[in-house]
Amino acid sequence: MFTWLVRRLFQASFVVLAMTLIVFIGVHVIGNPVDILISPEADQAERAKIIAEMGLDQPLWHQYLLFLNGAVHGDLGRSFVFNEPALRLIGQRMPATMELAVSAVLMAVCFGVPLGLYAGFRPNGIVGRVIMSGSILGFSLPTFWVGLMLIMVFAVQLGWLPSTGRGETAMLFGIRWSFLTWDGLRHMFLPALNLSLYNISLVLRLTRAGVREILPSDYIKFAHAKGLSPARVIFVHVLKNIMIPVVTVVGLELGSTIAFAVVTESVFAWPGMGKLIIDSINVLDRPVIVAYLMMIVLIFTTINLVVDVLYTMLDPRVRLENKA
Amino acid sequence: MSATLEVRNLRTHFFTRAGVVKAVDDVSFSVGRGEVLGLVGESGSGKTVTGFSVIGLIDPPGRIVGGSILYQGQDLAKLDEREMRHLRGNRIAMIFQDPMMTLNPVLRIDTQMIEAVRAHVKTSKAEARARARDALGMVGIPSPEERLNAYPHQFSGGMRQRVAIAIALLHNPDLLIADEPTTALDVTIQAQILAEVQKLASEHGTAMIWVTHDLSVIAGLADRIAVMYAGRVVETGDATAVLDHPVHPYTHGLIGSVPSRNKRGERLRQIPGMTPSLLSLPPGCAFRSRCGRATESCTQEPPTSEPSPGHTARCFHPVSA
Repeated sequence: MFTWLVRRLFQASFVVLAMTLIVFIGVHVIGNPVDILISPEADQAERAKIIAEMGLDQPLWHQYLLFLNGAVHGDLGRSFVFNEPALRLIGQRMPATMELAVSAVLMAVCFGVPLGLYAGFRPNGIVGRVIMSGSILGFSLPTFWVGLMLIMVFAVQLGWLPSTGRGETAMLFGIRWSFLTWDGLRHMFLPALNLSLYNISLVLRLTRAGVREILPSDYIKFAHAKGLSPARVIFVHVLKNIMIPVVTVVGLELGSTIAFAVVTESVFAWPGMGKLIIDSINVLDRPVIVAYLMMIVLIFTTINLVVDVLYTMLDPRVRLENKA
Repeated sequence: MSATLEVRNLRTHFFTRAGVVKAVDDVSFSVGRGEVLGLVGESGSGKTVTGFSVIGLIDPPGRIVGGSILYQGQDLAKLDEREMRHLRGNRIAMIFQDPMMTLNPVLRIDTQMIEAVRAHVKTSKAEARARARDALGMVGIPSPEERLNAYPHQFSGGMRQRVAIAIALLHNPDLLIADEPTTALDVTIQAQILAEVQKLASEHGTAMIWVTHDLSVIAGLADRIAVMYAGRVVETGDATAVLDHPVHPYTHGLIGSVPSRNKRGERLRQIPGMTPSLLSLPPGCAFRSRCGRATESCTQEPPTSEPSPGHTARCFHPVSA
């Protein structure tokens, strides 16, 4: 277990390093921030001074090495726009995105698994078919459109839920959270639902497929032959087997959900990382873009690691040492 | 002597999209206390479905459409699911064919055994665990206490089958249905398991239905034999009578296909063809297309003959011994 962990951490750091290179080159290709940030009236001397201040007068490889040096010391550069450390900017926005993504994934599990179980046990019933058809919509409807529709129906027409912002927040561990207040929860519900729709469909279909596969197996028949109650068979024998693929996918999807919260955050004006990155891309605020992408890479690799460890708890046949 | 189980005119049909499959069609037999009934037949003859019908685990689109399954005088086919569940694993137990598949791969052995104990007896977890441990010891699993904490994949096939047998025998059932439990095992393990089950069953007077296609297994084990073909019992009687003086041509063919020392050098006789599709079974004797003795009359329902008391066969042209 320990050697495995060390090896995995080593691999992960390589992934991160490779990402820095790609991201660094990538943001230099999309445009020159100088054109946007410096006012056209500035004279040549002022221009040169500002460019030197931002470190943009150096050759690219030199900038990269400077960036790496800073990154090792926990400094991913200062935002050109806010003149604040990029990491701090992201850190301020991260809790909002995190709580949104985590609640979206929780919703996916809470709705997806029961619906999938039902559809799996009653594959030919009308309700089962409706669930399955509905999940196709969940897959294929574009997030921004669904978001707009949710606002239209629940915020504008019915007026049940607010449509923008985080609402009231409360402090916990020195960070502001929305999920701690009733008003915050009300604000969070629509964006979280919007973000989780795709995941609900995914989890639902996975669960159903798992049920269909496991139900005819001998060990389920044997469990019935032991005289166990149907509840015990479903919630212990079937569910524990299904959790293996579900945990994998949910884990991986948590990463994507954080990364793709961009759209939902824009639609619902949710002040998270996604909104920050969109604004930063618009003004080519390189340090923020780079820092954001680095954060996402870190989150992804961490989640993958956690999923692998969770696997061993769910599936006794997986032993980490054997998987070099 | 009243039988532990008496099956009368059992019909289990599967209502598929392609038509009705009469997997079990008018099957009758009985098993008494401590008796072993060998249910013999090729794949697809309906022997496994018969076993599942008795324990009430026929999955849709299958359904018991007729007949009665009398367990100590009470008709299992008429019991509701809750009453049936109280019998299952408690008074009527089952062992499956493939030991690699019968235990849930993600649950520990102790979990799977304790739940089986507590499904029928109100007892503490610790007591249930002790009972599970004793049961494992009884079927010959070394150091049962430690093995309880293992997962199924840490056992060999033979050991897994022993665990399954231990689970089946936890409540000393009155009736044990064994669905080819030794087919997937090595011969040496096969013999051990056979001896083990025989011993345990005779100690408690458990009636057994031993489903198999392997006549050599059944020869040493069964008191009586029922030979199934295409969902019907074609010949039944005492094991010695059926094996030594088979009457039905199909039984004859089955026995002829078992290799033996006495027949060395001779060509092994085979039954030509394969079991017919149960979807479109024409009336009359289902075996006639593969039978050397078949005539015109075989398109009619064959009569039941009784060459010796308790030994019956359904055939127009029985082989006389």
